[in-house]
Amino acid sequence: MKKKLLSMLLVAGVLTGILTGCGLTETGSSKEEGTFATQNTAQARTIAEIKEEGKIRIGVFSDKNPFGYVDENGEVQGYDVYFAKRLAKDLLGSEDAVEFVYVEAANRVEYLQAGKVDVILANFTVTEERSEKVDFALPYMKVALGVVSPDGAQITDVEQLKDKTLIVVKGTTAETYFEKNYPEVKLLKFDEYQEAYDALLDGRGDAFSTDNTEVLAWAIIHDGYTVGITSLGELETIAPAVQKGNTELRDWINEEIIVLAEEQFFHQNFEETLKPVYGEDVDPDSLVVEGGVVE
Amino acid sequence: MQDLGIQVLFRGNNFLRLLEGMWAALRIALIAMALSVLLGFLFGMLMTIHNRAIQCISRIYLETVRIMPQLVLLFLVYFGAAKHMGVNLSGEMASILVFTFWGTAEMGDLVRSALIAVPTHQYESGAALGMKKWQTYFYIVIPQSVRRLLPSAVSLLTRMIKTTSLVVLIGVVEVVKVGKQIIDASRYTNPKAALWVYGAIFLLYFAVCFPFSKLAAVLERKLAE
Repeated sequence: MKKKLLSMLLVAGVLTGILTGCGLTETGSSKEEGTFATQNTAQARTIAEIKEEGKIRIGVFSDKNPFGYVDENGEVQGYDVYFAKRLAKDLLGSEDAVEFVYVEAANRVEYLQAGKVDVILANFTVTEERSEKVDFALPYMKVALGVVSPDGAQITDVEQLKDKTLIVVKGTTAETYFEKNYPEVKLLKFDEYQEAYDALLDGRGDAFSTDNTEVLAWAIIHDGYTVGITSLGELETIAPAVQKGNTELRDWINEEIIVLAEEQFFHQNFEETLKPVYGEDVDPDSLVVEGGVVE
Repeated sequence: MQDLGIQVLFRGNNFLRLLEGMWAALRIALIAMALSVLLGFLFGMLMTIHNRAIQCISRIYLETVRIMPQLVLLFLVYFGAAKHMGVNLSGEMASILVFTFWGTAEMGDLVRSALIAVPTHQYESGAALGMKKWQTYFYIVIPQSVRRLLPSAVSLLTRMIKTTSLVVLIGVVEVVKVGKQIIDASRYTNPKAALWVYGAIFLLYFAVCFPFSKLAAVLERKLAE
């Protein structure tokens, strides 16, 4: 009898879930999700609560070298992580006072809405659509899209992609950009960067598009592949994100970013984390944003 | 360029991390499977009761689980519960819940078919000997159905172990994710690492799943005697 009750409960739970859970496909249905989001969001922690626990929870990538990755000793490293540690140091007095949560491109918004992290620092590009679901602080980096393709069949213009297969990662800017502006391009979507690159190497697609920083770094070490289009779409910025409505934490991060400009913090960050990968050829000012000011 | 891909496995703590990732995956599958076997037996016995309402509800439960992709269930439990009910489960906890929810349904269906495969005269003989209903089940029916159950239960377990590669999307760092982290971390120094890392993961999965199938075969033979 108990079992019957339990299974009834479970079924009821699942059915209500179906009604509200559709949003996690992320692509369509965003309007519906938007109306739910405001009332059905777990309460984010206040700064006081974070201080009380003594640890800030920050969502970062764990497989997006050199922005957020795990080194061979199991330590998380990268440009985003360097900044995350500084936030922890200035908010809580120690750069170890941070609990890193490994997120995927497709679930970053969910993590904030569910109140499972305080801040997302996972190479999160600011878009209008995302701004409806999360609150972005001032930017700390800027990017455009890049398209990398094999040397033998270089793609140097978007028009060349017509009727060809372009690889993208789900939930990234590239996915929405091509869906909106070039519906005739066939998209091959993957959940993770590693899978997308493997697909490009296997020749399952003609080209791969994502942020130019990402493809530039990748092409440097992969002979036979070149970034044919280095800057596509609008110049976009990358910023920390907090839960929608969490102005207290966002304002604190904004002040922090402005103060850090005095010591050119993000240029130091570039030297430490990005330069070893990009080499001397990439000008730090083409990527780094200080004090939230984009020229 | 002299760097062989295989070296990536032994640099730093990489191999240990892979093992830890495998253990994380295995732990989820084993706990969920243990719970599924317990609950599945109850659910399976329930399904053999001739009662319209019970059969209808069990049917809905079973079909729901089969139709819903596990990933959707994982998102619902991990993010949905936090958003709508304020229940903040850890990724591992959410995974165990979802896998148990899934396993109970599958296991229940297996138990049901094993139970009805036991001939009616076995039940009747029990009754004729003056056994109570639970005694008939416990001493006569269940021992006979366990043998029929073993192969499919083990295949359910191995399926569960393999499905754990989904839990990375709710933040559990299991073996495949560790592998991806290793590949990514070394992608500027060792672009060929992928083959070796995935190869190692394949062997790990095999090393874990093979003993289970072997064990099942041995048990099956033993029980047949």
